Amino acid sequence: MAKELLPGQRRFTPASIAADVVLLVWFVFSLFPIVWMVLLALKTDAEQTSTYFSFSPTFENFGTVLSQRGTDLTSVDFTSSLLTSLINCGGAVIVSLVIGIPAAYAAGRWQYRGSNDLMFQMLSFRFAPELMVIVPLFVIYNQIGLFDTKVGMVWVLQLVTMPLVVWILRSYFQDLPEDLEQAALLDGYTRIRAFVMVALPLVRPGIAAAALLAFIFAWNNYVFPLILSDSNASTVTVAITKYLGGGGQAYYNLTAAAAVIAALPPLILALTIQRYLVRGLSFGAVKS
Amino acid sequence: MATQTEGRRTTDAPAPKSSGKPEVPRWRRKLRPYLLSVPAVLIVIGILYPFFVGAWYSFLNYAAVNPNPVFVGFANYVSVLGDAQFWSSVRVTGTFAVVATLVETVIGVIIALLLNRSSIVGRIFEKVLILPLMIAPVIAAVVWKLMFNPQFGVLNHVLGLGNTFDWLSSQNALFSVILVDLWIFTPFVAILVLAGIRSLPKEPFEASEVDGASWFYMFRRLMLPMLWPYILVAVIFRFMDNLKFFDVPWVLTAGGPGVATRSLQIGAFEDSIINLDYSRGSTYMFLLWILVFITARFLVSVLGKAQRRAAGAEN
Repeated sequence: MAKELLPGQRRFTPASIAADVVLLVWFVFSLFPIVWMVLLALKTDAEQTSTYFSFSPTFENFGTVLSQRGTDLTSVDFTSSLLTSLINCGGAVIVSLVIGIPAAYAAGRWQYRGSNDLMFQMLSFRFAPELMVIVPLFVIYNQIGLFDTKVGMVWVLQLVTMPLVVWILRSYFQDLPEDLEQAALLDGYTRIRAFVMVALPLVRPGIAAAALLAFIFAWNNYVFPLILSDSNASTVTVAITKYLGGGGQAYYNLTAAAAVIAALPPLILALTIQRYLVRGLSFGAVKS
Repeated sequence: MATQTEGRRTTDAPAPKSSGKPEVPRWRRKLRPYLLSVPAVLIVIGILYPFFVGAWYSFLNYAAVNPNPVFVGFANYVSVLGDAQFWSSVRVTGTFAVVATLVETVIGVIIALLLNRSSIVGRIFEKVLILPLMIAPVIAAVVWKLMFNPQFGVLNHVLGLGNTFDWLSSQNALFSVILVDLWIFTPFVAILVLAGIRSLPKEPFEASEVDGASWFYMFRRLMLPMLWPYILVAVIFRFMDNLKFFDVPWVLTAGGPGVATRSLQIGAFEDSIINLDYSRGSTYMFLLWILVFITARFLVSVLGKAQRRAAGAEN
């Protein structure tokens, strides 16, 4: 790709300055809501409706949100929904890895009858409207007692995480030269040992990236916990909207504090796996 | 399930070293990928079951108030398709999906092209580009809802709109929902396309630069055709997601004011979860699913053609 600005060339041309200005505009637009969210979270009750940028910051809101002290609205049990989110998402990721890795290996290594159908069926989870299955699941869950349970949540969050894990890892296994396993087989390894000892360690970065991205997807999901849980298995994404629901009285600062807390884990994870994000977000369709 | 599969696999005899291929019995080699896929297949079946149950609901008169449903044939479809509210939902969904996807794609491609230059601003920006994408859409919607507030929201203050401009009024609501959606998802298009740009071969560009081709010519005749598959992947992901958008409009407007942002997903949610009319909700969803299915088929075939053409262009 011809680079207009190779090192040593003149750095500031009108075109490059214009380009930077455009980028800066998007940069501001992109970051403003995040900055505002943090600022609002640091404001006191008295300042929460002000739109000014200078104020004396307080961390009290975070304490209030996490300890559910105070008003009727803060009876939202945010701490327990944080824990629930962790358990639900962790569970979903573990199950999708255990189930997804062998399937991804099979799909990456061999063309077998039905393999493409299976892969596309899984991809369709990603694209199908969630409510299509949630409405029946809502009825079924109520009948068999899975409604508002963590087990039930882990099972539906699979629909979000497993296709991701399988599709990403399939592309990693495809990229892995089969000679490596063949060589291991010649050394007398069984196929399963070749898989565990040779193939698996080589795709470890892919597994880590897939797992973390799956966690983010599960953490950020809203529809499943909204409909299939009530108080026991409800997650942060559902809890956060409850701050908005107060009749009349508004708690902007608490809402923002809850938003900051709920947004932090995915943001941190995303920054740690930034190198692998493109491949993950595109289900392995775009490699980088 | 997985442990069972692995238990089976460990019984493989050590491979003989004579030939290039290990001589495990043929039937077992054939069976291997199936065994590995068994748990995944079970999950797929486990989810196809509620899918078909949902499709079945749309042919019943099933609701919480009517726990003994009977088969009513296409009655739900006739009633839904004859309902003006349904068509307004189709229009909302269609407008949103087309406009949001288009704007996200155009801005995303522009950002990717600009980031491809190695300027200092670009390098800093690349690190934070994806932040909105990683925040849960529902959290983004909550924060934007606070900013949209006509009296206390920061947007009217910063933009100097006074405290009368209502971002979520019936005229503005759909636009505002699109604005939030493009805030969240434009980075998705940008990073995919940027990855595409960086994977392009250098030679054709160098060659045509030597030939004195203009930047625009190179962009239109070389870059765009080669980049097209990457752009299409982004478009497919965005369009499919936008067709079933729910989190953002639900939190921002709950489908309102009136039916201004009542998409098919929100319509189905209202019918089946709020009014507990499972059959009507399922009918909405099944119709949306058909729409999504047809669109997906079409876009994937376009992608296939573009990939073949791009492969040709690179050679």
